[in-house]
Amino acid sequence: MSTETIAVAMSGGVDSSTVAAMLRAEGRKVIGLTMQLWNQRRLAGHEGMPESVQGRCCSIDDVYDARRVAETLGIPYYVVNHEERFERDVVRPFVEEYLAGRTPIPCSLCNNHLKFDQLLIVAQQIGAEQIATGHYARVVFDEQLDRWLLKRPADKSKDQTYFLFGLTQEQLSRTLFPLGGMTKPEVRELARKHNLAIAEKPDSQEICFVPGGDYKRFLEAYLAEQGEQLAQIPGEVTSIKTIAGEMVTTDGKVIGEHAGVHNFTVGQRKGLGVATGSPLYVIQIKNDTRQVVVGKDEELYSRTLRARPVNLISTAELRQPMRVAVKIRHKHQPAPAIIEPASESAAPDEVRVTFDQPQRAITPGQAAVFYDGDIVVGGGWIEGWIENSTQ
Amino acid sequence: MMRRVYLDNNATTPVLPEVMDSMRPYFGEHFGNASSIHHHGQETRAAVERAREFVAALLGCRASEVVFTSGGTEADNLAIFGLARPGDHVITAAIEHHAVLNACKHLAEYRETTGCEVTYLPVDGRGLVDPADVKRALRSNTKLITIMFANNETGVVEPVAEIGKIAAEADVYFHTDAVQAAGKAPIDVNQIGCDLLTISGHKFHGPQGVGALYVRKGTQLEPMLYGGSHERSRRAGTENVPGIVGLGKAAELASAGLERGDDGHHQKMAAARDRLERELLKIEATGLNGEGAPRLPNTTNIYFDGIEGEALLIALDLKGLAVSTGAACSSGAIEPSHVLTAIGLRPDRAKASIRFSLGKQNTPEDIDFALGLIPDTVARLRALSPVWPSSTPKAAVSKKLAARSQ
Repeated sequence: MSTETIAVAMSGGVDSSTVAAMLRAEGRKVIGLTMQLWNQRRLAGHEGMPESVQGRCCSIDDVYDARRVAETLGIPYYVVNHEERFERDVVRPFVEEYLAGRTPIPCSLCNNHLKFDQLLIVAQQIGAEQIATGHYARVVFDEQLDRWLLKRPADKSKDQTYFLFGLTQEQLSRTLFPLGGMTKPEVRELARKHNLAIAEKPDSQEICFVPGGDYKRFLEAYLAEQGEQLAQIPGEVTSIKTIAGEMVTTDGKVIGEHAGVHNFTVGQRKGLGVATGSPLYVIQIKNDTRQVVVGKDEELYSRTLRARPVNLISTAELRQPMRVAVKIRHKHQPAPAIIEPASESAAPDEVRVTFDQPQRAITPGQAAVFYDGDIVVGGGWIEGWIENSTQ
Repeated sequence: MMRRVYLDNNATTPVLPEVMDSMRPYFGEHFGNASSIHHHGQETRAAVERAREFVAALLGCRASEVVFTSGGTEADNLAIFGLARPGDHVITAAIEHHAVLNACKHLAEYRETTGCEVTYLPVDGRGLVDPADVKRALRSNTKLITIMFANNETGVVEPVAEIGKIAAEADVYFHTDAVQAAGKAPIDVNQIGCDLLTISGHKFHGPQGVGALYVRKGTQLEPMLYGGSHERSRRAGTENVPGIVGLGKAAELASAGLERGDDGHHQKMAAARDRLERELLKIEATGLNGEGAPRLPNTTNIYFDGIEGEALLIALDLKGLAVSTGAACSSGAIEPSHVLTAIGLRPDRAKASIRFSLGKQNTPEDIDFALGLIPDTVARLRALSPVWPSSTPKAAVSKKLAARSQ
């Protein structure tokens, strides 16, 4: 048992609160930290955003809960302000991705740029060499490989490794995921045992800074607030109206118009605003022409994708093709595939993924995460699928 | 038990034992409602009026000009909302406490209901308001000037007497928030020439939850609270007798301390502050905020380049030293200081600034303790800072940690 100080990233939820209780019970010196990331009041009431603050991120209630847990456990607790970095590294990329016709994952960006970067720095500065979080994942050191490994947790239904593929060796070496071996019911039971007031608090699912999960309203409100400042986005987007465009079929026929590429994601069927005899799906969103390409379900399948940039975890480099299972969205069943360097001319951190079977709705902006059993080999951001590859 | 040293006396101060003793009977045997006609009421009424006299003595005014409130924020709000009427213009400064700033912001934001316009005056690089700016900002409809006596973050003392003259010449009301000055600098409402002045008990070793507003005789002030005719109908609500008694005692002790001069606490406090400041400024890449301006004897605000003030505050707190930075928002996270921003400090320096504020209870040993901690902690933070030039690159991946992660 270590006596070194450890910082726990506390959100006020059951998972991170239980982590703090577990480490405290082990006799570790624990410091609770909550990151203030987004001011929920900032966009409240703007452009159709709810007046009342309903989002979960950094709400005063959650900080109150975390503070209460820290008090119950008798550990020091602080809120640290990372609003500037969060906006720069998570919120703006989130908005820009949608405006470019992609479907972003803000949680991974937050993990890479905030939780396991900024928070880790603060932790070290205040005397904690390690941080612990309430993620469901495992981290172990492999002597033979001489590398830190990220592994899937015992509770596969809670697996969060998909959002953690960007962690570096340095970050992993300083991170603890104490819930990696537990199931969610066990965690709640432990929270009750420690008399934590939040033991029955419901899980949060939505994007923390988007109240009520309505990301379209969030984008519109954010754009209205930022105005001209977003001009560097391709096509000089200054309002949601300028990203309107045509709805076309896969064979190039214009069948209607749409009010903005941010309304669509690959594989989407509802809300296309066009009526035809057979069901239509979004096949592709073209950033340059702002066209939304629609087609039949079978046109959504592809065998290959390119991912960039890629972060490798269980291996230092990828020289040869490697057999793995690949997840292309959080709720995707990992599918057998071969990963290999994209090409000799491509950037070294670009990987080509070729699935054994075509996969439905490979979506740019999401992550492709590579697994070898429970071990996360690495992962990268999906650039796009390679056309005509279903043949 | 870890030794703890408290150098955040501009946030709040410990209640002095004499103050505590003075209050105690009013939680027990002297429990009467000061408005009651019977013996019990008379007892507490007398205590309230005695306290009013002590506060009046501290401020150089008449007892009848003192209105007790729940604290500094209420007194500031009463001054502003009690005077500003539709069509009025109000002059304030960018460095005011939020109790004034946000009250003025409300006046300006809800113009359709309040009808008020507000001018926010800038400050110079030292944090001083230029009285000439006050004069220039005057309009025919200017009703009120509200500019603080001394700033809570930097301790900078504003030229309130000069502003008072300008206000008197223009026949405009002048309110000053003297929350930080009370007990640390002599206050005389006639010398300042103010019509309203705010103090708060807990900033000078009195209890929290009680303050006072000086209201010059003849000032047409509308109440904010309606109810009984307490406080000459200026502030309805049963008096907080123990609090008021404590405030009175704190005022009495503060007046005595200010009169004592050389052997008083203030000289000692100033000497201790000066030593702390001198030693901290010896650390490489540091600087004083508010340099060149007259300052309170207990406050120093210093930036340490290359660090986050937030991290330094936490690191010091974990070692037993309480200091502060910026202003806490509702969650407790630290927001960049509007005061340091108004002074024109670079954003990174505003975030790298720490306020040290001393109180009567601090000893030379407390300063030794602080000086024993701060230089090393600053050095460690800089070594881990992504922006400090000589910081060590991220530590090599530690295999040592392997065993612990299981």
